[in-house]
Amino acid sequence: MTAYLDHAATTPMLPDAVSAMAQELARAGNASSLHGSGRRARRVVEEARESLGALIGAGPSEIIFTSGGTEADNLAIKGLFWQRRSTDPRRRRILVSAVEHHAVLDAAQWLGRSEHGEVVLLPVDRTGRVDLDVLESELSADPDAVALVSVMWANNEVGTVQPVRELAELAHVHGVPVHCDAVQAFGGLPVDFAASGVDCLTLSGHKIGGPVGVGALVARRGLDLVPVLHGGGQERRIRSGTLDTAAIHALAVAAGVTVDRREAEAARVSALRDALVDGILDTVPDAVPHGDTAPGGRVPGIAHLTFPGCEGDSLLYLLDARGVECSTGSACQAGIPQPSHVLLAMGVPEDQARGALRFSLGWTLTTADVEAAVEAIGAAVARARRAGLAGVAPTAGVVRA
Amino acid sequence: MTRARRVLAAMSGGVDSAVAAARAVEAGHEVVGVHLALSREPATLRTGARGCCSLEDSRDARRAADVLGIPFYVWDLAERFEAEVVEDFVAEYAAGRTPNPCVRCNERIKFSALLDKALALGFDAVCTGHYARILTDPVTGLPTLHRAADPAKDQSYVLAVLTTDQLAQALFPLGEVTKSQVRLEAARRGLRVAQKPDSHDICFIADGDTQGWLQRRLGPRPGQIVDTDGTVLGEHEGTYGFTVGQRKGLRLGRPAADGRPRYVLDVQPVAGRVVVGPREALGVSVIEAGPAGWCGPVPRPSSRVGVQVRAHGEEVPGVVEAVDGTAPGGVRVRLDRPLSGVAAGQTLALYDGTRVVGAATITATRT
Repeated sequence: MTAYLDHAATTPMLPDAVSAMAQELARAGNASSLHGSGRRARRVVEEARESLGALIGAGPSEIIFTSGGTEADNLAIKGLFWQRRSTDPRRRRILVSAVEHHAVLDAAQWLGRSEHGEVVLLPVDRTGRVDLDVLESELSADPDAVALVSVMWANNEVGTVQPVRELAELAHVHGVPVHCDAVQAFGGLPVDFAASGVDCLTLSGHKIGGPVGVGALVARRGLDLVPVLHGGGQERRIRSGTLDTAAIHALAVAAGVTVDRREAEAARVSALRDALVDGILDTVPDAVPHGDTAPGGRVPGIAHLTFPGCEGDSLLYLLDARGVECSTGSACQAGIPQPSHVLLAMGVPEDQARGALRFSLGWTLTTADVEAAVEAIGAAVARARRAGLAGVAPTAGVVRA
Repeated sequence: MTRARRVLAAMSGGVDSAVAAARAVEAGHEVVGVHLALSREPATLRTGARGCCSLEDSRDARRAADVLGIPFYVWDLAERFEAEVVEDFVAEYAAGRTPNPCVRCNERIKFSALLDKALALGFDAVCTGHYARILTDPVTGLPTLHRAADPAKDQSYVLAVLTTDQLAQALFPLGEVTKSQVRLEAARRGLRVAQKPDSHDICFIADGDTQGWLQRRLGPRPGQIVDTDGTVLGEHEGTYGFTVGQRKGLRLGRPAADGRPRYVLDVQPVAGRVVVGPREALGVSVIEAGPAGWCGPVPRPSSRVGVQVRAHGEEVPGVVEAVDGTAPGGVRVRLDRPLSGVAAGQTLALYDGTRVVGAATITATRT
């Protein structure tokens, strides 16, 4: 039996979304075509646009469908930067939180390297929350030099929720547009685009029980974005490419089901999450939970802990061997684990950051899964500790002649 | 070796380690594949046919593990590799010696750092695609290392530093087969790496230009090239660019008096001198080496042994002249016929028939 505790990586598709997608995949029709098949496809897309908009507090014309969260983040960061700089060349500064997903961080850093942008990483406190005073001083120091602000709704590793509304208000005082990556928040927390005040917001399909390969950038009316993809001029001429009718349909269906069940599911999942953390701490008392553990401080489905003296990838292997699937939470290069930039930004020392595990819970998770994880963790930690940080420090070797 | 064990298969992304892992699975072992990330900044694609550190190699290893249906991980041993293999390589060249980084990697990384971590995580053994055989000594019951059945691919030389304990926790499933059999077997098993070219040379020097790489690491240290009388024949950019026995790349202005090619006879880093001379002067009959590691009993003086000093070099018969059995003792061997191109820093491997007796680092040579 496998206990799947990696829902933040991807969560299984909801049955309703699977059947909606399968049904649509069997039909022909390009939503841009003018004939009957095209009109039928267009209707499916537009209904999806309307229902998704209604679910997140946006008008239908504010939804720009993309191939997923990464594309939406890139479109927001690059599109906003280019647009803002084209109207005033002084606008070069990109203010992003230090704990952003790589889709935001790396897009910003690419602009820094290749497009004369200047990336400012906004520091976070020990829970991973952005310091509003720092944002205010970065903005007011030279408002005319700021191209955009991007801060995520909730962090994908530790789950901490950001003060999105306050951030947006601060930035708007200085006339600076705000992007928010809500990939991990949507489905777990109430997300209302209009009420949040942000100018654009990223959503992804496969984190809410929809398909991989579809997402959206919600961009307020009148927000100008320079396109990243040029072509047929779909999606307000901002995002060209044939619309993926089946995936868009399934995304809207999944969003509907998820938002419908959100409150009950959030209560169920956060209870399981708390049971998991309590169980782990009973077995491994020196494990350290991260993120904002105060009520409402983080998304319901994420439990993040570091295990002193362990390497995350050793724990991952040992748990995997026992059928417990989770994540170290951080990105890897060619499969090589790197200490998480999120934990480092939160002030966690590098040796501790190497021993991180993220358990993420979702709609298929049961009490039995939590019990399996709790049962496996003790032996895994004991063994990973023995393996220590092998590979990090050289052993005292024989001195050669 | 028929007992089912928990085996960690080191998978480089090449055909040998993939088939070795497949054979371990087939033997009934519980196998997990691991690719060692040895470089912090891996090249995206292989350049030519060398190296085992590119992203492409990592992906090839992962694909092979998928086909075998075994879990697969990448372990980051880059810091250890840099500290114990790369820096040692640089220091040895800077000191005028000629190191073998593959021997060092087996000794310090694959059968030390990797093996230690594997054992701690609950594995019983590490499996690699080396061509060598582990046979149980009928008297002592201890594992011994032997040459591979395929003499063309035999890699016992680069494993000769392994101790009995390390061998007890090693698995070399390719010891009895030939390379062409391995390629056929890979194709039969549906492994896409079946026709992947062999890796050559030193994995961390991607373009194969060792001299240029050392020059970038060590900077220019100009000096003179002299003949055995001390007559200056030319200049060089650093003694580390030279290896005893080397003929190419000397770029000497004047031809030798007899018009015959000259070879590097000695590298003297402190004096900044490279001594060259005729081929005859290269012959080495006595080799001193240490510290020595013995895989089994320490050989007695006057024992007959086979002597090998290079990974793909020939084996020459010889006799053990002296041996210091205390650790870290040394050994002196006399060869039946002289070998040329023997440099300090190289590994001396001693054989009894096909069995590896032990190994030591060459410290001095005499004609």
